Amino acid sequence: MAKIDVPMPQMGESIAEGTLSKWLKKVGDPVKRDEPIFEISTDKVDAEIPAPAAGVLAEILVQEGQTVAVQTIVARLETDAAAGAAAAQPSAVSPQPAAVSPKPAAVSPQPAAVSPKPAAAPAPAAAAPPPPASRPAASPAVPSVQSPASSTQEERLRTKSSPLVRKIAAEHNLDITGIPGSGLAGRVTKNDVLSFLESGPQSGVASPQHPAPSTQLSAPSTQQADGVRIVPGPVVEPWAGDKVEPWSRIRKLTADHMIMSRRVSAHVHSLIEIDYTRIAGLRARQKAAYAERGVNLTFLAFIASAIARNLRNHPVLNACVMGESTIYRRDVNLGIAVALDWGLIVPVIRHADELNLLGTARAINDVGERARTKKLSPDEVQKGTFTITNPGVFGTFVGLPILNQPQSAILAVGAIGKRPAVVQAPDGSDTIGIRTMGMLAMSFDHRIVDGSDADRFLADVRKALEEFPDDAV
Amino acid sequence: MPEVTYLEALKEGLAEEMARDERVFILGEDVGAFGGAFKVTEGLQQRFGVDRVIDTPIAETAIVGAAAGAAHMGLRPVCEMQFIDFISCAYSILTNYVATARYRAGLSTPMVVRGPSGGFVRGGPFHSQNPEAAFLHTPGLKIVAPATARDAKGLIKAAIRDEDPVLYFEHKYLYRRIKEDLPAGEEVLTPIGQARVAREGKDLSIITWSAMLWKSLDAAERLEREDGLSVEVLDLRTLLPMDDAAIVATVKKTNRVLIVHEDTRTGGVAGEITARINELAFEWLDAPVKRVCAHDVPLPYAPTLEDFVLPQVEDVVAAARWLARY
Repeated sequence: MAKIDVPMPQMGESIAEGTLSKWLKKVGDPVKRDEPIFEISTDKVDAEIPAPAAGVLAEILVQEGQTVAVQTIVARLETDAAAGAAAAQPSAVSPQPAAVSPKPAAVSPQPAAVSPKPAAAPAPAAAAPPPPASRPAASPAVPSVQSPASSTQEERLRTKSSPLVRKIAAEHNLDITGIPGSGLAGRVTKNDVLSFLESGPQSGVASPQHPAPSTQLSAPSTQQADGVRIVPGPVVEPWAGDKVEPWSRIRKLTADHMIMSRRVSAHVHSLIEIDYTRIAGLRARQKAAYAERGVNLTFLAFIASAIARNLRNHPVLNACVMGESTIYRRDVNLGIAVALDWGLIVPVIRHADELNLLGTARAINDVGERARTKKLSPDEVQKGTFTITNPGVFGTFVGLPILNQPQSAILAVGAIGKRPAVVQAPDGSDTIGIRTMGMLAMSFDHRIVDGSDADRFLADVRKALEEFPDDAV
Repeated sequence: MPEVTYLEALKEGLAEEMARDERVFILGEDVGAFGGAFKVTEGLQQRFGVDRVIDTPIAETAIVGAAAGAAHMGLRPVCEMQFIDFISCAYSILTNYVATARYRAGLSTPMVVRGPSGGFVRGGPFHSQNPEAAFLHTPGLKIVAPATARDAKGLIKAAIRDEDPVLYFEHKYLYRRIKEDLPAGEEVLTPIGQARVAREGKDLSIITWSAMLWKSLDAAERLEREDGLSVEVLDLRTLLPMDDAAIVATVKKTNRVLIVHEDTRTGGVAGEITARINELAFEWLDAPVKRVCAHDVPLPYAPTLEDFVLPQVEDVVAAARWLARY
């Protein structure tokens, strides 16, 4: 007999710990190799973890609900001699057998900023400077969401810091969530925050929101401290016969992110009408050829392609805010919001500007399908630089989305359909024609994107769509 | 300079006050001819007479009651509990009568109740108690608990001179183990209500008193040697009134606090200190306040069990390491 350790897997490069949400096997249960034995929940993803080898579940070391650091041994399997010798080897060689190829069964999103209607206007506190606590991490490489055990921004902040650290951070307008922590489970300690203040941001992981000229500890800003408080909602009671459903994790993350986004960014919306008649024709002609190659050619593919190509010429729309600086992203990574029965998810197509139309269409099909079947890996919902959401599929004329932090812009596609429009005949006269039309609505962060930037970009996108080259299809 | 034990320092303090002020007298079980169970009052009856060092019946309520009456009438009694465990026999008169006399009747009650407390001597459950928590909750009393010979002397003198009742909890394990150079002729007075930084440090603070001071200092040395940690140790010396300023100062300095006491955990004084830190210095904490105390059981006789139940240097080191890593 041999015993094999089963560690908490690393579900994505930025994830330091995971919560064991459910045991699927009991001690003494026989398990097959690759059979799911427990479920975990991290910030980015819920997943079933497969057994690294066949055997019997001998020990459970981490109970349901416990949050432990990545690589913590959560269970031991007893393998029989024959299977054990073979199976134990990889586990001995690699410290993370289960982590090598996690098969996430369910994927919970980086909260997506997709809403056909703007959320209720934030309470007056939004007029005050946004508190450090609710600012997004400056870089998605160090996500603001780090502790899976807790689900609100405030809770995560609390579990990752201490009263002293929060006080120092408030005095210096620091975002604690972006500071690397050396304490237990990645806590940011006093020494971490002080050395961060001393040395300044390292490799852009975080930065003072307003670089403080002096690092005096004894000048608390009550305004900042007050601003950290979350605005309470109205007191609501269920009426007789009502059904009360506690929020799921994905719902909580989404709610938290939406409010945070509303408070952090100066949302402005621009709408532009697109004449898709030419694309409708191209699509009708090529749909069958694409289908032969296993790809569904959608309007969204054309739109995503036009946007990806134009973002490079309008870098401020492929950007985000870090403190009082703007980060212009080198890569164009398009997030495509996907509505699921259980919430929203935004898988990301990396280097979308390097794909041709076929590749774009295939990627959209692929991530959409895998989002619905919970086959996305955690890295595939991270590092988006611009997001597209498509409420128009339900017939909505257009929607005004909330920004997917920390991105500077998000675009909603309205319903595409045949409408009467004024068209110019070759002789220069105007006439009414039947055109395939639709709206595009873009929300952008006016802190860094001015109306003229946004409108020039939309104009270029419209031109790219209305004059989509034949040979690009 | 003469080397003086903790017990000798205490005796010197008693003798000096009796010589200085003829109103001071001692009463207790076997304190006279026998010199006390631990010989704290040895020789004092010969020196000051049977009227000033009085043997009493085995009746703690009577001892404290007689002392209270004498104090009201202008004397300065010092009661000895043969073991401090038996102070519970006088609990009612101390809490109902003595502690409230000034508030109820405007009566001054300048008296001291002292006695040997604490374990590490294989004394079992009736001879090892630390009763401070039971009285900390009683307004009107003061509580002191010296750890050093200097404070054993300085606090008994200050307690005798105080205008209010003072409980003086000496530690029997320290009686002959602690020796210090105390210059003869120097007036040693330790102000009641003032803690002392026994060791300076910057990484974390241990708040403690009495015998645990020495365990904490040993632990601090080990932590410095093995972990490179700089540990501050605060000796409270007085538990009531508590030195909030000193507690807050050390919290602000190191931001991490470990409270070490020999009494059991639940309802122990560490809980009160923790609450004060929360109220006064929450925003200076970089980690939760942690405590090392005795396990919640009556103290066993068996040496191995006593060692297990009482806090040891190893326990302090382990808790401090956890706190430093937090």
